[in-house]
Amino acid sequence: MTATVDAPATPAPVTTDVTFRVRRYLPEVDEEPHWEEYTVPLYPTDRVLTALEKIKGEIDGTLTFRRSCGHGICGSDAMRINGRNRLACKTLVKDLDITKAITVEAIKGLPLEKDLIVDMEPFFAAYRAVLPFLITDGHEPTRERLQSAEDRARFDDTTKCILCACCTTSCPVYWTDGQYFGPAAIVAANRFIFDSRDTGAEQRLEILNDREGVWRCRTTFNCTDACPRGIEVTKAIQEVKRALIFRRV
Amino acid sequence: MSTASQPGPVSIPAPRSRTRQRSNYELYSWLFMRVSGIVLVFLVLGHLFIMNILDGGVQRINFAFVAGRWSSPFWQVWDLMMLWLAMLHGTNGMRTIINDYAERDQTRFWLKMILFVAAGFIILLGTLVIFTFDPNIG
Ligand code: HEM
Ligand code: SF4
Ligand code: SF4
Ligand code: FES
Repeated sequence: MTATVDAPATPAPVTTDVTFRVRRYLPEVDEEPHWEEYTVPLYPTDRVLTALEKIKGEIDGTLTFRRSCGHGICGSDAMRINGRNRLACKTLVKDLDITKAITVEAIKGLPLEKDLIVDMEPFFAAYRAVLPFLITDGHEPTRERLQSAEDRARFDDTTKCILCACCTTSCPVYWTDGQYFGPAAIVAANRFIFDSRDTGAEQRLEILNDREGVWRCRTTFNCTDACPRGIEVTKAIQEVKRALIFRRV
Repeated sequence: MSTASQPGPVSIPAPRSRTRQRSNYELYSWLFMRVSGIVLVFLVLGHLFIMNILDGGVQRINFAFVAGRWSSPFWQVWDLMMLWLAMLHGTNGMRTIINDYAERDQTRFWLKMILFVAAGFIILLGTLVIFTFDPNIG
């Protein structure tokens, strides 16, 4: 006997026209950045990155943005979508209000270079300044450096950072004072300060005790809200403050 | 081979200009904001309650009332602590805000100078009044 399918087939997904308001800036032609609107057909499960690729591929090839992995791993497509810092590749159309135009602009606080691209150098300079690598002393071990599961769990949250800059460029202190290290650099420092195999904690704490270090943080939680990896960024900063206070005061 | 005090390859040039001298100034300033804030909760709320709500509130405040209070060392110490803590707390908070919003070094410097002079003047004047208040004038 042949089975008959009673249940109605799931309806084929349909596309909807979604409008994007993109803040464009081509330094060769534009004096000032300006907003431009584009309408593209999208499935609810499409990502904002798909929309940008459609705009670039089918409407205006001059639209410029960074992307690489497309899967929330490389950290290259952080942008301000409807006023919030997110990765374009992790933001689905169905999670946005498409009755209005969706605004897309470059992240704030870093020099705008072109369209959605900013100069990331100040961000990486702050990252490099916290010595984001394993520092050890004594002899090189002949086998791997062992660590207990608890010791590993101590800094697990901050190992997830993909250096997308969503946090740092959502920080109001960073917007007004570009000398502040910013949350991402402190997350990177936290990653090593609380690693039992590392011996450079004192050096990093000293660096973050600086005038532009952790004490500039005002605990507004913008960074935690912005992090696409769900890292508890503000908590990581507070851990560094606590380490500074109780070790040396 | 690295030694204990100078571990690892840490010779990446400092990419950004910042103070090189070691100082715990920002740490103490951060702590002070929290500690003085907690003390101020009691001092300020207590002050407001006594002055504005307790027996008839603000209507009963006159010269004699102030004279009576300041003849007691308890209220002198209370008011002195409130003055100093609120002024230092408020001034340090304003310092933070100036650092936030004034971008040019010159602007920062002069705004802070005005702030510190004003704060110093009010603290000194207030302290002087609390200690030298004479109930027999007038
Ligand atoms: C009633 C009890 C009070 C508590 C618990 C309190 C607590 C605090 C704390 C914890 C901060 C630091 C915020 C940060 O670092 O992000 C702060 C900042 C500040 N406080 Fe207070 N405070 C109190 C009363 C006052 C008073 C009486 C004044 C004015 C004389 C004042 C003026 C300020 C200013 C100007 C700031 C800086 C604001 C900022 O950083 O954005 N506070 N306060
Ligand atoms: S919590 Fe601190 S680092 Fe994070 S956004 Fe607020 S001020 Fe910036
Ligand atoms: S902490 Fe989060 S938001 Fe900040 S750079 Fe890392 S992944 Fe991005
Ligand atoms: S493209 Fe790699 S994180 Fe979005």
